[in-house]
This record gives sequence, C-alpha cells and structure tokens, in this order.
Amino acid sequence: MFNVIGHKNVFFGISTAFIVLSIVSMLVFGFRLGVDFTGGTLWQIKIPGTDAQKLEEFFRSNLGLQVSGIAFDRASDIYAVTLPEIPDSDRQIHFGTIEKNFSGAEDFDFQRISPSVSKELRSKSITAVILVMVVISLYIAFVFRKVSRPVSSWKYGIITLITLAHDVIIPAGVFAILGNFIGVAVDSNFIVALLMVMGFSVHDTIVVFDRIRENLTRARDTNMELDEIVNKSVNETFARSINTSLTLVFVLFALYFWGPVGLQYFVLTILIGTVVGTYSSIFVASPLLVVIHRLSRHSKI
Amino acid sequence: MKSFKANLIILIIILLVSSAAGIFIYPKWYGSKYKPWSLGLDLVGGTSLAYKIDLSEVDQSEYEAVVAGLREVIEKRVNLYGVAEPKITIAQKGGSYELLVDLAGVKDLKDAVRQIGETPRLDFREVSQDGENIIFTKTPLTGRYISGSSLEFGNLNEPIVSLKFNEEGAKIFEEITARNVGKPLAIFVDDQLTDAPRVNEKISGGKATISGGGEGFTVEGAKQLIQRLNAGALSAPISLTSQRTVSATAAQDALYKIIVAGAIGTGIVMLFMLAYYRLLGIFAVLALLIYTALTLAVFKSGALWLIPSFTMTLSGIAGFILSVGMAVDANILIFERTKEELRKGLIKTAAIEEGFKRAWLPIRDSNISTIITATILYFFTSSFVQGFALTLGIGVAVSMFSAIFVTRNMLKVFIRK
Repeated sequence: MFNVIGHKNVFFGISTAFIVLSIVSMLVFGFRLGVDFTGGTLWQIKIPGTDAQKLEEFFRSNLGLQVSGIAFDRASDIYAVTLPEIPDSDRQIHFGTIEKNFSGAEDFDFQRISPSVSKELRSKSITAVILVMVVISLYIAFVFRKVSRPVSSWKYGIITLITLAHDVIIPAGVFAILGNFIGVAVDSNFIVALLMVMGFSVHDTIVVFDRIRENLTRARDTNMELDEIVNKSVNETFARSINTSLTLVFVLFALYFWGPVGLQYFVLTILIGTVVGTYSSIFVASPLLVVIHRLSRHSKI
Repeated sequence: MKSFKANLIILIIILLVSSAAGIFIYPKWYGSKYKPWSLGLDLVGGTSLAYKIDLSEVDQSEYEAVVAGLREVIEKRVNLYGVAEPKITIAQKGGSYELLVDLAGVKDLKDAVRQIGETPRLDFREVSQDGENIIFTKTPLTGRYISGSSLEFGNLNEPIVSLKFNEEGAKIFEEITARNVGKPLAIFVDDQLTDAPRVNEKISGGKATISGGGEGFTVEGAKQLIQRLNAGALSAPISLTSQRTVSATAAQDALYKIIVAGAIGTGIVMLFMLAYYRLLGIFAVLALLIYTALTLAVFKSGALWLIPSFTMTLSGIAGFILSVGMAVDANILIFERTKEELRKGLIKTAAIEEGFKRAWLPIRDSNISTIITATILYFFTSSFVQGFALTLGIGVAVSMFSAIFVTRNMLKVFIRK
C-alpha cells in the first residue's frame, strides 16, 4: 500500500509550488485577451508562402489597419489576425486587396464582436466560474451530509472548493505564460474549458470521498485512525481514478492531434486541467481531509 | 428478480432501437432521406449575425409583440437578398433579447450585413442651382420620421410609393415644402436620387408620394422599398453585436477533422477498455456503440423533438466527443468494483450485482456535477457555446442509461451461474 497521507507534505509542496508559480505568472504577465473579451476582429486567412512579419507590415501600410496580434498555423498556412472591429464591407474591400497581392489567398473565417458584448461576456464568464465552483462544492457538502461522524460534511465541501480552485489556477497560469511567450489568447472557449475541468476533476474526488464514506461506516466499531482509513480508501480507488481520467485523456489527445486547429487550445486547457485534477483528487483532496479534521479537532469544533 | 427471458427481450428491444437510431443518424441512406442533419454555419460555411435588440423605449408588456414583429421584418429583409433557408431566431437571455440571423452558404454578402441591420437611409434634399451645377442640400427630414409606407397606383397605373410621416416629421415636411414652393424636392434612398417631384404648395398633414423618377418604379422595386421603409418604422432599434463568416472550405475542413478525431478518440477508448477489462470490456464497447447511436439520434431529432431548431455545431460535436470519454467512466467504476468483489470471493453474478449497487452513488454524483456545470454553462455564456453545453448535458444523461441499464442487462443475459 502506498502511503499517500504519510507523504502528504511532499504533495502539498508540489501543489503549492505550482500554484505560486501560476499566480506569479498571472500577476507578472497577465492574460492576452481574445477578441470576444476585448471586442474587435479575428480574421483567419489562408495565405501560402509568406510570413507573419510581412503580413503585419502589409496590413499596416497597405490596408491601414493596426494589427494587435498574428497567430500562424504552419500545417495549414492559416494566419489568425487580430484587428480592431471592422465592418463587413471593409472586410470585402480589404480581402480584394489581399487577393491581389498574395496569390492563393483564401478568406477562411471572419469574426467580429462589438465591445459592448465582450464586456458582458467577460463579466458573465467570471460569474460562471465562481458559480460552478460554489454550486458543486455545496452539492458535495449536501450529498455527504449523512456521514457526519467523525468528518462533518461541510469539510468535504470546503475541500472540493479548494481542489477546484487548484485545478483552475494551474491551467490559467500556464495560459498566462503561453500568452506572454507565444501570444496565445484567452477567450470564452478558455472559460468553457475551465468550467469543464471543474466538472471533470470533481469526478475523481467524488470517487475517493465515496470510498472514504464507505470505509468510515465500516470502521465505526474499530479503532482505526482517520489517517489509515483515508489512505486505504485512496489506494483502493487509485486504479479507477486513473482509468476514468485516462479515457478522457485519450479522447483529448485525439482531438488535439487530429481535430480542427481552432479547438487546439480549448483541448489543451482541458487536458492540463484533467491531469492536474486527477492529481489533486488523489494527492491533495484526501490528505487535506485528514489535515482539516486534525485542525478542527484541536480547536474543538 | 427478473427472469432470463425478460432480460433477453429487453436487450433485443435495446438493440433494435439502437439499430434504428444508427440508421437514422447515418448521413446517407434512409436517415438522410427522412431528415438530413442540420449543421451549423461553422460546419457548412456561411454567415451568422447577432443583433442586440434595444427595448429601452418599449413598454415591458409589449416586449413579446415588438420582438416578434422585429423578427418578421428581419426575415423579410433577409429574403430580399435571396438567401436560401435563412434561419432567424430570437434568444432571450435574462432581460435582454438577441436576434440571431444565420445565412448558410453565403460567402459574398456585398452590403447585406449592413442593410439587414439598418433602416434604409431615406432623406429629403433641397435643390438649388449654381450655374451648371445642381446642388442638393440635406434637410433634417429622414426615414426616421416615417410612420408607414404603402403601395399606390397613379393615373397611368404606375406604381407609386406613398409615405406617411409621424407628427414631428409632418411638421418638418410642412416647413420644407413651404420653403420650396415652385421648386423640386429631391428624395434620396441610400444616397441614390430616387425622385425629385415639384412642390406646388405647402403640404401639411404629413403625406408624400414618390413616383420613382425618370422611368418610374417597377411594382417589384416599389414593393421592396416599401418593405424596407416599413421596417425602418419599427420602434425597437437593433445593433449588430457580432458577426462570423466562415468559408465553405474552412467549415468542411473542420467538420472532416472533428469526425476523424472523434473516431480515433472513440477507437482508442474502446481498445483500452478491451485491453484492460477483457471480457467485461466487450460489454463496455457494445454499450459505448449503443450510447453513440442513441445520443446522436437524440441530437438529430432535436432533443427528441423538444428543440426543433436544434443545429449541430463544431462546439456541439466537441462536447459530444468529450462525453464519449466520460461515458465509459461509469463502466470503469462498476467493473473495478466487480473485480474487487470477485477478489473477496463472491461468485461472478453476485460480484457484478454488487459492483452495480456500490458504484451507483459515485456515478450519480459525478454525473450530476457535470450536469450542474453544463446547466450553468448554458445560461451564462454566448450562443456559441450553448451547443456545447447542450450536447454535453444530453450526453451525460444518456450515458447513465447506456452504462448502467444497458450494460447491466447485457451482463444478466450473457453471464449466468
């Protein structure tokens, strides 16, 4: 049997290091916001045989448009150009000019969003993330209400809240770093991915907690310590926690490597979140239960 | 306990229904003839426009009526551009209304995007002459003051567009005509000189007619203008909030790639289940096939005909593929528990029974938490991701049926004492 509880400080240390690193990255680099959060135009054009620098120069001097970012997908020759909001009539005129100067140019995907909507979307996204966190935690506290001895059910809820925050902060930190170094933008798809991560990561936590609940009931008449019960539960459910995440990881891998380019960062966010979430369910949530239980026993709550 | 015979009959029914679902969802053959897949613009190419409806000057009790009227007008305007099967929907979110216009397969929009959302610009201009040049001077009288427009016929049975101004417009019109007696007054529609009738006397009462100038209007042309002018008379203005135009190539490429990725992902999950759980894995694979057929059939039928306008989008398919990765989770939990009970020394049938019983709670709680997430997602995000939330939510619900009910039934039929 692997002693997860015994090594809990190692696992807490790893998590803390990643969390600190993520928060620092977010504070230092900030996020690069996508057009749906800032308002503007995201225009994907397929142009063979040029480069981002040339294209940016062309947009500036020939079209008179200030480019705030260009992402390039090598495999498909597609440039995703971020611009201020331009009307559709301008798109048609500009594309005519582009076609004349770059042979084989193809107008792929044109998306524009007005600042009023993006503002609304931004505030709604934050609300949604917080709401999911709180509602899931309350739900966990609710379903574990019947096992109040010796661990009261609000503790399961609090731990769920902590692990959900953990699972969201790390991918967010990764995207702050990606945004700073390779210009990856955070858009509403990213928020959807974070919400999904929370929905998935709680699955493994539930599996472990459910086993703790079962083992607690069984051990009621023995003098087994909570440490032992939790450790036993984690070990008993280890394989299924890994396997349920693995099936999702398989699907995400397939989507990342064979799926459409537009979904790549969306998939990457969920992929990071799923791995982090599985880790936190096994190595953070269960040891935390022991820690919180000890703390409250000492302070006689 | 149900008899073997009853279980067998249930299993046969499940297989028949799933096969029917399989034929229904197959993009060729009977399924397509009966009801082809309704695919979103990001999968077929085209333009989608979202307009915000400004209801600040409308009384709350009239919201529904105004919004419905607006939808009708936009539909008419879109039809003016000859778009095949435009899809116009009203989305209500909180207290605000959104108008969504989907124009499938339209690549070259010309001026459509602007004109659909805007009232046609009609204005009256005073005419003066400076030597050889005719000068048009803009007046404050514009289409904004028109309360209605209708088709009339003149003495020679030529079509005439009749305009009726509102109170404010009538006053301005009276002032302008008073100033210009004996002179022509030019009428411009979208900056095109459309008519320049001579003002014979001051006109009060707020009624004017346009004959269309030189060659006059065709009946069709007059009707179009009237429709557009009447649309302009609506009390609720709309403003374009977002636009997305996807080329057919890009859309088809995305559709092809997501199907390939989905098939590969599902394939790997199946191989994993077979490799890890062997005999039990076969049942998980069968359950997953049934899950795929049933879930896609639910989508295609528009959530069992509850949402007739249901359209499959790229994010919707992504949501479904992710749900495949989770659909087997229930099987994993059940099988792991079964293996555990077997190790404790239970006989196979009892171990399976115990596996289902004990795994139920975590399965229920996990799925409910995903449904909570999908619900919040559905109500708190833009229409772009609502498809994702919907397919994920439906997927999870169906997976509970396939992974638990279907698998259990199969195991009861095939694994006996």
